Amino acid sequence: MNKKSLVSIDDLSTDEMVSILDLAEEFEKQPSQTLLEGKVIATLFFEPSTRTRLSFESAISRLGGKIVGFTDASSSSVTKGETLNDTIRTVTNYCDMIVMRHPIEGSARLASEIADVPVINAGDGANQHPTQTMLDLYSIRKTQGSLDKLNLFLVGDLKYGRTVHSLLMAMSRWNTTFNFISPEELRIPVEYKLYLDKLGLRYYEHSDFTEIIKEADIIYMTRVQKERFSDPMEYEKVKNVYVLRNHMLRETKENMKILHPLPRVNEIHTDVDMNEKSYYFQQALNGVYTRQAIITRLLNLK
Amino acid sequence: MKEPKQLSVSAIENGTVIDHIPASGLFKVIQILGLDKINNQITFGTNLESKKLGRKAIIKLAGIFFEDDDINRIALVAPDAKLNIIRGYEVVEKSVVRVPDEIIGIARCVNPKCITNFESVTTRFKVVSKKNVALKCHYCEKITDQEHMVIL
Repeated sequence: MNKKSLVSIDDLSTDEMVSILDLAEEFEKQPSQTLLEGKVIATLFFEPSTRTRLSFESAISRLGGKIVGFTDASSSSVTKGETLNDTIRTVTNYCDMIVMRHPIEGSARLASEIADVPVINAGDGANQHPTQTMLDLYSIRKTQGSLDKLNLFLVGDLKYGRTVHSLLMAMSRWNTTFNFISPEELRIPVEYKLYLDKLGLRYYEHSDFTEIIKEADIIYMTRVQKERFSDPMEYEKVKNVYVLRNHMLRETKENMKILHPLPRVNEIHTDVDMNEKSYYFQQALNGVYTRQAIITRLLNLK
Repeated sequence: MKEPKQLSVSAIENGTVIDHIPASGLFKVIQILGLDKINNQITFGTNLESKKLGRKAIIKLAGIFFEDDDINRIALVAPDAKLNIIRGYEVVEKSVVRVPDEIIGIARCVNPKCITNFESVTTRFKVVSKKNVALKCHYCEKITDQEHMVIL
């Protein structure tokens, strides 16, 4: 098999990551090209994710590719009881690449083994969402000039946050210092701390970040969801601790940028939006360039 | 006078004896090795006294020899199993099972949201720890530890 899929961020070597980021820079300079002319890409969204789907479809459309697919499982044969195996076996005949979002963990790996064409995982349950991680890396490198020796603050739900875990795994390749800021119930799982120990990387855990915020190069915010708490009282106690407000940014570093995978609810107050240190909307735009780079690389067009 | 009926478990001429199987794991071992589907002469005993295991089981297989990769598949249910290879009624070789690096189709993934628990997919794990066996699912990437391991 000479086809290559992107299922998990660990599928990429560090060199491959850097090369994709370099390629994404080229697409940022020239996002509209004809590289995908004559290509058909299937976007199979077994669960809705409008943001991710639009980003992929924009990336494909700007490169002249055509899109087939569905936007949620109710409009596909899945509702008739078709297995993933059969869906993928069928769709692989119709396209040059499959972009798949699915609520079940491991579904993307299975699809990549069944399909004859490359598969890009656009999120498989709580497991992996590698293109999100790549756009996070792109945003960090772009705003900081390098991925080396940064002080990365991860804030909010560090226990269940898929994007946080993947970003941690990716950034651990670049001598990063990690600051984990979360409520007690949503702390980073111990397996990640053991992993960082093994690599000899520094990390610190906090339950509040007002004191240390001035050390951050990147603040990566995530949503603290009420349903994650076993005790609703606990949620009420902590819900305002993890909200970023403009006045908190006064003494932060010049180069500091705030990232968020979006959608945001209230964890970043809208008064931060006008601050030049907010970067989450540009981050979403970077997703288009990064996905263009990943698609063309997997199809051996670049 | 009638002779008392006696069933003799004779020594095998050529084959394999698998000893030190935990009694509770005997039928799993039979299943994993597919012994219920072959025509060779097989004798097994279970709930035998064992100082080490409490109650152990033993399987004698006439005319069967295993490759390492095949026999190591029983390591999850019989980690202390010992093999005696018999040729011409003599034990010519002894070996122990080793936990392999990869486990295919033996254990169930502990993650209820894993695709292997929804579709008919052969499970596949990378062994990330051999001492206290821990398996990382090839599909959902979650860890199944010994305590939560369910043999299919």
